[in-house]
Amino acid sequence: MITASGWGWRYAGRPDWAVRGVDFTVEDGERVLLLGASGAGKSTVLAALTGVLGGADEGTEEGRLLIDGKHPTRVRGRVGLVMQDPESQVVLAKVGDDVAFGCENMGLPRQEIWPRVHRALDAVGLRVPLDQPTGALSGGQKQRLAIAAALAMHGSTAESAGPGILCLDEPTANLDPAGIVEVRDAIGRVVADRTTTLLVVEHRVDVWADLVDRIIVLGTDGILADGPVAQVLAEQATELLAAGVWVPGVPHPLSPRPVHASARPLLWTEDLTTGYQASRPVGRHLEVSIPKGLSTVITGPNGAGKSTLALTLAGLLRPLAGRVRVAPGLQPEPRQRGRRSSRTLDPADPHTWTSRHLLTRIGTVFQQPEHQFVERQVREELAVGLRALDWPQPQIDRRVAELLETLHLTGLATANPFTLSGGEQRRLSVGTVLATSPALIVLDEPTFGQDRNTWTDLVQLVLQILAEGRTIISVTHDPAYLEVLAENRLVVTATP
Amino acid sequence: MTAVQTGTTQAAAAPTLLDRMNSVTRLGLAVLASLPILITLDWVSALTMLCCQFGIFVACRVPLPLLARRTAPLLLVAPIGAVSMALYGRPGGEIHFQWWLVTISDRSLLLAVAVFLRILVLGSSAVILIGGADPTRMADGLAQILRLPARLVLGTLAGVRMVGLFAEDWRTMALARRARGIGDIGRLRRFFTMAFALLVFAIRRGTKLATAMEARGFGSERERTWARPSRLGRADLFGLLVTLAAGALSIGMALWAGTFWLVLWDAT
Repeated sequence: MITASGWGWRYAGRPDWAVRGVDFTVEDGERVLLLGASGAGKSTVLAALTGVLGGADEGTEEGRLLIDGKHPTRVRGRVGLVMQDPESQVVLAKVGDDVAFGCENMGLPRQEIWPRVHRALDAVGLRVPLDQPTGALSGGQKQRLAIAAALAMHGSTAESAGPGILCLDEPTANLDPAGIVEVRDAIGRVVADRTTTLLVVEHRVDVWADLVDRIIVLGTDGILADGPVAQVLAEQATELLAAGVWVPGVPHPLSPRPVHASARPLLWTEDLTTGYQASRPVGRHLEVSIPKGLSTVITGPNGAGKSTLALTLAGLLRPLAGRVRVAPGLQPEPRQRGRRSSRTLDPADPHTWTSRHLLTRIGTVFQQPEHQFVERQVREELAVGLRALDWPQPQIDRRVAELLETLHLTGLATANPFTLSGGEQRRLSVGTVLATSPALIVLDEPTFGQDRNTWTDLVQLVLQILAEGRTIISVTHDPAYLEVLAENRLVVTATP
Repeated sequence: MTAVQTGTTQAAAAPTLLDRMNSVTRLGLAVLASLPILITLDWVSALTMLCCQFGIFVACRVPLPLLARRTAPLLLVAPIGAVSMALYGRPGGEIHFQWWLVTISDRSLLLAVAVFLRILVLGSSAVILIGGADPTRMADGLAQILRLPARLVLGTLAGVRMVGLFAEDWRTMALARRARGIGDIGRLRRFFTMAFALLVFAIRRGTKLATAMEARGFGSERERTWARPSRLGRADLFGLLVTLAAGALSIGMALWAGTFWLVLWDAT
């Protein structure tokens, strides 16, 4: 049984409490969904239950948060934690070794470890050889691996005995639809016998609504609501929507625009082969066409080469074979701009363009906004492209002010881009590309990990860009995004 | 709606006889094999060792293309060492050419050949013996056989695994700079913005990884066990004997040929 009474935590060096005044009781085998606005301290509660918040030098604790009357740090191995990013939870290079890692730390004898590893992998339905490299797993498989690693530790020592507890912190936020189903089904199997307690934090309620018994809503001063799923969703709908939660049954407010058919192609490929290395082509014999002024979406399973295709279309990756062609209206002047360049310019092939040529023609927004930030202030970040185009300062200032307004970032003009929230970073990364008004904008997974509010902001921005007559290519898995923006659809399928 | 087909290909490496040895033995043998080369300065001992090494690697079924690919960079490094030794090495014997600080003599040419061979010997044993070892196995051995602290060994191992992610970050950031219009000029400045961003990524990933490891009981007071035993066996003994024999042969050949030259000697 988990009991919280007047519990709170303040990280060392921070003036405000991350979470405070929390009271709840969770019985063994109960399944709870923890909701709340970002910054309400949901992750802190899960970290505390797992015993990874650290000691007095890491922060200040008040009140009590106990598991069967004991502090979480004294029942290590009983509580498992799975976090959002699949990449940073894998410890070792092989599947079997990674699951065994926790058992080794618990001091289990060798002959007990391997049967546990097999049982745990079976429980999450991850049927791969033990020596399978962890780097070759998909996101959904990596998350199931993390769950298996937690399960394997449970009950391995006297202190970790007693009903197990699984804490999942946005476990499906970074996964494609197939991965989401994989993880959800694996958890469903694990908790089926009602012996394992489940605590989940996630914005997408529909994924978990059928599986959990109860919802706890965390506010800035303790618990906002606590009760059965249907009741809390009905009573707290307004608050939850304001907090960015996808409340089931409440559709998003955006609708697709009326589309005129038979647009002319802006860009197309001829027998294109894509990839990073010639020895490892990702996509072969691709014949695609991007209609001008429309929103094209590229969908398909993980690892099929969607991003690689998008980056090749954007003139960033060199085609391994075949060609990318651009319509005459978008081509740069055939002469070189007096700068030394290692590649000879072919106006119809965007990979031969200079970096400056790309600015006003094809913009790319990367999957992780931080990959493309180069300045220390939001305002400077937006001006980078304009400076590269040698715009005069007053004109730059005007354009930047206009963009800050559009992106709702005016109040953050002098903030460091790396310190912005996920939604703000995403808007800024779109803004940096928008600044130089390229005719074609390529977006790689633009709605990954966004909550309902930041999602709506972003899709609205994309619709606005389309309304200006620009062309959009997006790589996406997101069904809601497809609903609004799949005006032209490319499905990439992997072949063995 | 358009359907597009893509595919991936991958290759796996076959195990060699070297893989029968414990990773720690491989590390130790690389050091042992370098000893006779580090204490001598003549060309016969180095050439003997080089021939022995490649003979052993081939006999242990290290594929030739792999051997060539791994040792190729050494062929670039070795001449640099050799040329500087030829030009600036301590003169002796007949002098062939002299200009300012540069003196090419019999002795400096001999030194150049010896240094060239030494770089090949040291480099190839390191890249094949240590470079080919599985990092997880190496960590197992370092902790179980050499009794290095588990926290240090496993922390390093988990960190090393992240290097691949950083390489990917770096590649993506370079593409992003081109997309943002600053890919044509300002290479140095671009390097620094990328290095800063990489540092941010490294700290963030490292923090998350540390949390994940702690949640799995890493770093507690409890005595840790090892799921994979790391032991020394007959292959390791055999490896030791072969390496000792190769070392003895190389010094013996040098003595027999009369070229033996210990580092501290001032032979002429």
